[in-house]
Amino acid sequence: MDETEKLEQHEKARREFLSCLGSVIASGVAAVAANSVSSQATAATQEATAASQAPAIPGYDWSKHQWAFGVDAEKCIGCLRCVEACKQENNVAPDAHHFRTWVERYVTLEGEDKARIDSQADPVNIEASGSEGRYRFANRYKDAKVEKAFFVPKLCNHCTNPACVQVCPTGATYKTADGVVVIDHTYCIGCQYCVQACPYGARFFNEEKNVTDKCTWCYHRITKGLQPACVEVCPVGARIFGDRNDKQSSISQFIQNNRVYVLRPETGNGPNVFYVGTDKDVI
Amino acid sequence: MEALFHASPFTGYVYPNETVIPWTVLIVVYPYLTGLVAGAFTISSLYQVFGFKQLRPVAHFALLVSLCCMITVPLPLLLHLGHPERAFNAMITPHTTSAFAVFGYAAAFYVILLTIETWFVFRPQIVEKSRQPTGISRWFYRILSLGSDDVSEKAMSYDQKWLFALAIIGIPGAHGLHGYVGFVFGSLKSREWWSSDLMPVIFLLSAIISGTALVIILYVLSCKLRKVSVDLACLKIMAYSLWGFMMFTLVIEGVEFLSLVYRGREGIDVIMEFVKGPLVVPFFILQFGCGSVLPLAIITFMIWRGTSGTALIVGITGCSILVLLAVLMMRYNVVIGGQEISKTGKGLLAYHPPIFGREGLLAAGIVLAIPMIMLSVLVRIFSPWHDATHVADPAHGA
Repeated sequence: MDETEKLEQHEKARREFLSCLGSVIASGVAAVAANSVSSQATAATQEATAASQAPAIPGYDWSKHQWAFGVDAEKCIGCLRCVEACKQENNVAPDAHHFRTWVERYVTLEGEDKARIDSQADPVNIEASGSEGRYRFANRYKDAKVEKAFFVPKLCNHCTNPACVQVCPTGATYKTADGVVVIDHTYCIGCQYCVQACPYGARFFNEEKNVTDKCTWCYHRITKGLQPACVEVCPVGARIFGDRNDKQSSISQFIQNNRVYVLRPETGNGPNVFYVGTDKDVI
Repeated sequence: MEALFHASPFTGYVYPNETVIPWTVLIVVYPYLTGLVAGAFTISSLYQVFGFKQLRPVAHFALLVSLCCMITVPLPLLLHLGHPERAFNAMITPHTTSAFAVFGYAAAFYVILLTIETWFVFRPQIVEKSRQPTGISRWFYRILSLGSDDVSEKAMSYDQKWLFALAIIGIPGAHGLHGYVGFVFGSLKSREWWSSDLMPVIFLLSAIISGTALVIILYVLSCKLRKVSVDLACLKIMAYSLWGFMMFTLVIEGVEFLSLVYRGREGIDVIMEFVKGPLVVPFFILQFGCGSVLPLAIITFMIWRGTSGTALIVGITGCSILVLLAVLMMRYNVVIGGQEISKTGKGLLAYHPPIFGREGLLAAGIVLAIPMIMLSVLVRIFSPWHDATHVADPAHGA
């Protein structure tokens, strides 16, 4: 909870800058005064303001980083520790309908053309785990002849041209200078237009706060030099996170040394989660 | 205690977050109401601007219908918002790339325009009632007159210029507002069911037929309540408008659906599964069959046979009720249907709207009833009937 509050503080800091655009801002700690934001400030200069005005995070300069995420689907074993860690870390509702990250299982049976797909949220898998708050993949194909099977972790793609940011009527969701798409929970009106616009199903409605919610790449952690919770707990290194400005970082190396793919490139959104080991059936 | 959310069952594969449908029946009601506004305003403008004198009996009434619906339009949106108290954020700090950010301005502009136009239309009546020698109501009308009590010929001619200008601005305003609602859906690339350039056109045409149908029903009903005879010439021209716009609507809807199927992009299998399964009753039987083809056939038959008298009134009113229901079904099939087809293109959700609760059917029904209640009050304050005296009359004016 403490971490969530800190994240919101960062978001408030950005809001505050926009509100005072045109004047000199001493620091990013003063109260939110978003109502004075001009429309031009919100839209046209969004990128410029984000790049020039960092949130008040001690020892962190968001103009010096460009975060990106990698998924090595070849390595994923579907243990779902990432999903559970994310829920705990980010206080996501412990049910089968709200996820900042999830894992899909693709199974092609002998004689079938198309893969059968399920996620940990599938009723069969929820029944197998015995709880909506704990996750496991049921061994539902044990009596079938499996030709091919693999897992694909999913999360917000923190797109370069995010459709969710485009449609937000208030500017409550925005892209930071370091490449993360975040939501100002103190400013979101809860219209859910962004939920509709995201082609990846990465956004959901947080019924406790009555605002939209989604993955932040654990912004409260990465700005302190930590890894996102899902990356931290992955036992096989299927999730890779790092700074693309650092050519020696694990993500830069991952992108450099592999033939990476992004999901739904045809949308024009420019996803920043790079995949290795996906397949034609992966959506 | 009301459940925090309603999860929908699904078949195939849907993204885990998709099981809670984001936009519910309130977002079905929202484009429905804006459609009624545009349609009723069209009827009013056909008289006000284009001089369709046959529409005189309903012209001012249609304006009131439009006003009442427009005042209610923001309500379903506000009810739907997670934080309605922050609704003005979209107007104070509009994010200019968002189609939604325009809504507050467009709606406010249009409510103001309709209010001013209503005031001009009923100003002679207001002035007359404010001059009553006795009664408390004269004070009410005196305030409504805003101190403008000149009803001389010169003043009336000046009023007519205003009315003409307001109606001229109002036509693109009303239609723009509704075309924009179609754009809100059609511009989203994430949903194949919505993503169509024809969506604004379909919304607009169906808006005109729904508004016309509503004016027909309410006019006939009001005649029965007021025990006056229905003006058949007026009814006929509204029926002709209905017929014409219905033809366009059907053609465009058909073309849109054909394009979707013919393009056959990824996910078309699931769309076809949806069309042949859950959509058979709400779309093919209710919206297309009962609500479009049947009334079109009946009206065609009546035009062909030269039906008149009570049979014409009953026939046209019956058809209008069917059309009104069909357009509501159309909004439902677009808004809810679009969300029942998963973004994965590999699964279908089945949304069952709750009856109670903020986003339930009851709430949606109440929202739809509000403009009717408002209208029943307004027609008592301003008499919109052409038999009422001293109502501004552009056909004899500018």
